[in-house]
Amino acid sequence: MADAVLKLEGLRKAYAGADTEYEVLHGIDLRLGRGEFAALIGPSGSGKSTLLNLIGLLDRPSSGRLVIDGEETATLDDTALTRLRGERIGFVFQHHHLIPAFTAEENVAMPLLIARGRPDAAMFARAGELLDRVGLARQRRQLANRLSGGQQQRVAIARALAMSPALVLADEPTGNLDTHSADEVFALLREVNRQLGTSFLIVTHDPRLARRCDRIIELVDGVVVSDRPNNAAPPDSGPVDGS
Amino acid sequence: MKSWMPFEWIAALRFLQEGRMQSLLIIVGVGVGVAVIVFMSALLSGLQANLVRRTLSSQAHIVLLPAEEVARPQASSGHDAIRLQKQAQRLRSIDQWQLLRDRLEAWPEIAAVSPAASGPAFAVRGDASKAVTLLGIEPARYQQVIDLGGHLTAGELRVGAGEAVIGIELAKDLGADVGDKLRIRGAQGEAETLTVTGLFDLGNKGVNARNVYVGLRTGQTLLDLVGGVSNIDLALHDLDLAEDVAQRIAAESGLIADSWIRTNAQFVTALTSQRVSSNVIRFFIALSVSFGIASVLVVSVVQRSKEIGILRAMGATQAQMRRIFLLQGGIVGFLGSFLGSALAWAFLMLWRMLARNPDGTPLFDIGVEPALVAIAAGGASVVGILAALLPARRAAGLDPVVAIRG
Repeated sequence: MADAVLKLEGLRKAYAGADTEYEVLHGIDLRLGRGEFAALIGPSGSGKSTLLNLIGLLDRPSSGRLVIDGEETATLDDTALTRLRGERIGFVFQHHHLIPAFTAEENVAMPLLIARGRPDAAMFARAGELLDRVGLARQRRQLANRLSGGQQQRVAIARALAMSPALVLADEPTGNLDTHSADEVFALLREVNRQLGTSFLIVTHDPRLARRCDRIIELVDGVVVSDRPNNAAPPDSGPVDGS
Repeated sequence: MKSWMPFEWIAALRFLQEGRMQSLLIIVGVGVGVAVIVFMSALLSGLQANLVRRTLSSQAHIVLLPAEEVARPQASSGHDAIRLQKQAQRLRSIDQWQLLRDRLEAWPEIAAVSPAASGPAFAVRGDASKAVTLLGIEPARYQQVIDLGGHLTAGELRVGAGEAVIGIELAKDLGADVGDKLRIRGAQGEAETLTVTGLFDLGNKGVNARNVYVGLRTGQTLLDLVGGVSNIDLALHDLDLAEDVAQRIAAESGLIADSWIRTNAQFVTALTSQRVSSNVIRFFIALSVSFGIASVLVVSVVQRSKEIGILRAMGATQAQMRRIFLLQGGIVGFLGSFLGSALAWAFLMLWRMLARNPDGTPLFDIGVEPALVAIAAGGASVVGILAALLPARRAAGLDPVVAIRG
């Protein structure tokens, strides 16, 4: 697959301990194609979150190559990494992570506001459109902390899509939701993936959720132990692309 | 969201708005600090201006006197034991005083020049005899140096031939009133009978008991100083330059030039030390205000670490985060300064109501100057931004991974 939104080669991450370094990720190789919908699973402490932080450019690898949407990241400084992150990557966190001082609409428009520096009508039109897509058109003027958990997560998804990113990273996106809301949110992610062709990498503990993704990557003790297409995914769930 | 506002301003204002109680408390804190500074400054400058005005009501800013006469012995062989007796100082005229007067009038620093013939004399009326200082003046010029006309309690400022204006204390001592006559005798024996045309009260008992104002010609005659003046009084536009100007005149003319600053050295030292101590107090108030702002913002950075992390994840740069917190400091300082100015104004109104002379007039005049408010606003904003430096650095340096997890 020539068109990769994400390419990892021999990615390592080590932390400095009290007197020795300990390595959390031992050389990860991974490619994620455009429009892929992949789950990243593994037990606690396997390095999933660390890997997600590296891919999200929130943290820097100790060694190895990390290419995001064709951009080599090793040589970029903090400001350039921040720009790349803002433009190409969307985040959906477990704990929603909206900014409570702002309304739903303003939260969705926030990445655009940060990138452009000043508010304009176009970014609010875009925010309204995205809120409409996630079914929250009526709540657009409400403060973020007045919304229910499921609603907040849907706002967070709308926000992740504001910049039309190539890749959305979701960390336990349904972890804090009841079954019904979780299903709704997941269906929404799937729908976005299918309609907009956005790539998704979803970290999850939930085997039920993983089974509904097109590809399952399993990480154990900082090593990818299995990476397989998931043929059991529902047939209508878009292009299936193995390794 | 206002469309003209940059992202950093929007975020800073929202953060302050959201932490309402915290923001309010620190703004009030800044306000109290600014109020004390503004109030103290207004009070002090009012007090000092009042003291200076009272001190200078009967004094010229600079007085020019002829150089002292010194005894110059003939060149000696060095074997003689010479005891040099200091010469007694005669009352002498300033050389070429008309020329000097005209030249000094052209100086931009000098507001008014008033030559005077002054010296000791006796005022006699009936059995009473008083030692007085006789001042022969040109009233129009003298008025510009010392506001004698404004301090008259009776009669008018008229010192033509045979006329004199005396102080209220002297009038009491001699039992004289406007229209009465008194006899003035100079040290050399010249004497003249004068009619009292006015009584003055310059707010200084000694001056009120001693000074007798007559016309310049009368003064010259009585003091045996025909055609001459014994001193030239100057008024300046800027009081603080007095010493500087005095030294330049002394250097240029060879006269003795006494500035009010030198004449009232102790008084001026007292004013200066008062100003220095108030500056020290102001500095420490500003310091404690800035610590207050800094501590509130440090707490706010900790409280908002998650939001900072999210904003960073969404593409906000470190510089943007830094600006958001610097702005919060500046805004708190700016708003606090306006609250403080309003408070100071209220204090001053209260002070005006309470601090009054026994007769009900205000003790002295003070007011909040708009310039002081502008300086306070600017200063408090700068202090706020400086205080926010450390918190802003912490916010910018926050690791987004840790911030989001935390």
